[in-house]
Amino acid sequence: MSHFLRRQGWVVGLFALLIVLFIATRIIQPAYGSNDFGSLARAVLPYAFAVAAQTVVVIAGGIDLSVAAMMALTSVTAASMMNGASEEYALFVVPFVLAMGFALGALNGLLIVVTRVPDIVVTLAMLFVLQGAALLVLDAPGGGIAEWLKALISGTVPIPGLPDAIDAWVPKALLVLIVCLCIIWIPLRRSRLGLSLYAIGSSELAAFRSGVPVKRTRIIAYALSGLLAAFGGLALTMSTGIGAPIPGPYLLASVAAVVLGGVALGGGKGGLLGPIVAVFVLRLVRTDLTLLAIDPNVTAIIEGAIMVAVVMFGAFITMRGRQ
Amino acid sequence: MSSTGITPVPFGRRLKRFMADRPLIPLVILLVILVVILQILRPGIVNERWIANTIKFAIPLAILAGCQTMTMLTGGIDLSVGTVATMSAFIMATQVVKQDPAVAFLLAMMPAVLIGLVNGIGVGVFRVHPLIMTLGTSLIGTGCLQVYQRTVIASGAKIPDFLAWLGTGVTYGFPNALLLFLPLAALIVFTLARTGFGRLLYAIGDNERATRLSGVQYWQVITALYVTSSVLAGITGLLYIGLIKAPSLSLAEPLVLPSVAAAVIGGTSIFGGRGGYTGTIIGALILTVLTTLLTILQMPEGARRILFGLIVLFVTAAYLRIVEER
Repeated sequence: MSHFLRRQGWVVGLFALLIVLFIATRIIQPAYGSNDFGSLARAVLPYAFAVAAQTVVVIAGGIDLSVAAMMALTSVTAASMMNGASEEYALFVVPFVLAMGFALGALNGLLIVVTRVPDIVVTLAMLFVLQGAALLVLDAPGGGIAEWLKALISGTVPIPGLPDAIDAWVPKALLVLIVCLCIIWIPLRRSRLGLSLYAIGSSELAAFRSGVPVKRTRIIAYALSGLLAAFGGLALTMSTGIGAPIPGPYLLASVAAVVLGGVALGGGKGGLLGPIVAVFVLRLVRTDLTLLAIDPNVTAIIEGAIMVAVVMFGAFITMRGRQ
Repeated sequence: MSSTGITPVPFGRRLKRFMADRPLIPLVILLVILVVILQILRPGIVNERWIANTIKFAIPLAILAGCQTMTMLTGGIDLSVGTVATMSAFIMATQVVKQDPAVAFLLAMMPAVLIGLVNGIGVGVFRVHPLIMTLGTSLIGTGCLQVYQRTVIASGAKIPDFLAWLGTGVTYGFPNALLLFLPLAALIVFTLARTGFGRLLYAIGDNERATRLSGVQYWQVITALYVTSSVLAGITGLLYIGLIKAPSLSLAEPLVLPSVAAAVIGGTSIFGGRGGYTGTIIGALILTVLTTLLTILQMPEGARRILFGLIVLFVTAAYLRIVEER
């Protein structure tokens, strides 16, 4: 029970940090309004999916280094398939890309289980492979996207009965994020499978001896990670309108947010809410730095330094916990 | 995955033993086979000039793969080598315009030492996974380089004559880069095989807990290791700029994945404790010849990356089988 409280305490603390950051943002830039919040939500979207992908695997006691490359591959695939195609064709592309992410993720898991090579090596090798595949699909940023997909994450949601002033603070991107994650995460968390994920992350041997199908669960964990990364890739294409074969810094960001979100890198602990709030925190820090008129390149350095510091801190805590 | 499992058991087992005991011989055979295929595809391509050229391009890769070999012996990896090499090359090329070459050299090596130090402390003291740590520092390094680039954009860049001579020059059919590489390689081989530091690297990779319990200061060894690795990467950058002669912000990035692949092919276990530098050198040669081969076959960059990924995966899985057999 105390452990449960402590875990929720971490998330509550993160929320408090987020609110403090919002207040700070308002102080730095009094004009910061609903529009800026909308663009923050759009910027967060791909990161949030990357983090969710990483979280599922980390909870199951692994790590997925191929998240960013998977996003790049799904993004260029979607962008090149939709380039110049009809609006309706996108209805076929979206499930196809998601299925591709799921299948490639499952391949990750399968390779880990079959070859018994550690996850870190397999996903590193897959990082090379997926990056290469992304370059084969599109060798330079390009492609296109259906208009309705773009419209899906831009603007706000009109809620009947609410004044516009409040409406404006509910960007579609945020809603898309919440809906997608809830559809995947809540049933998972409530199911036997979700329990198995936590079980193999906590202690593989104990899980095996209590009858959890360890191998199958591991494969499913990586498949889900691939699916979420595919969502991230789609979100990337939706927000930029094109696909880029060279992935952004999503891998490091995902690990940093997972650690900051209170999910132990050893596995078996934490939830999805913490890492998602952590992504907002990290992105908002970036927004603040930009608002302070700091050179964008310097912002990148500070951001990188924060992420490294967070990961170092997380590793330190894990080490302390073990001793 | 294991092709050796299909062959009849006695022969298969003997083959595995052989591979495990003398990993260099199959590697050399593979290298020769690749050269022969190249000669068949393009008759007459294999001549003195080609060999000198191949060696010239293999040397930077081999040194970077040396960084990977040493870090992988402890169960780590150093993905920041590409950024470090790029940084030192870029700083050298831009600083030498105004400064004395010696001063420029010192300035160029500074970020290498710094990044190595941060890597070492992160991995050794805070126990961050080396992969994440070095990825993070390389991200920060790239950011710093971008900021730095804007301060020197007006002054231009030039390649010091000495580096151009070292990187591209050929004397009596031998690339000048060998002057740097041979002592360096000898030093690495000697350090790994004959000195206390080298043995500690193997020991940590083999059984970290036991090593620490026997009184080794883990963090000191790791910090020294990552600083060494970074300095080597910095030197590679200087050599590589003399070879490529076009400073850019992503100069040595394309060498990172092949350097990991070269070390893995050369028989260094990515889990630590097994391997050596001689195999890595042959691994780097194999990859350079393979790249030529793929270029002749007009394979795009993407396919090359896929191939490197599959090589790493396949070789690691194969080594795992061999180790389990014993």
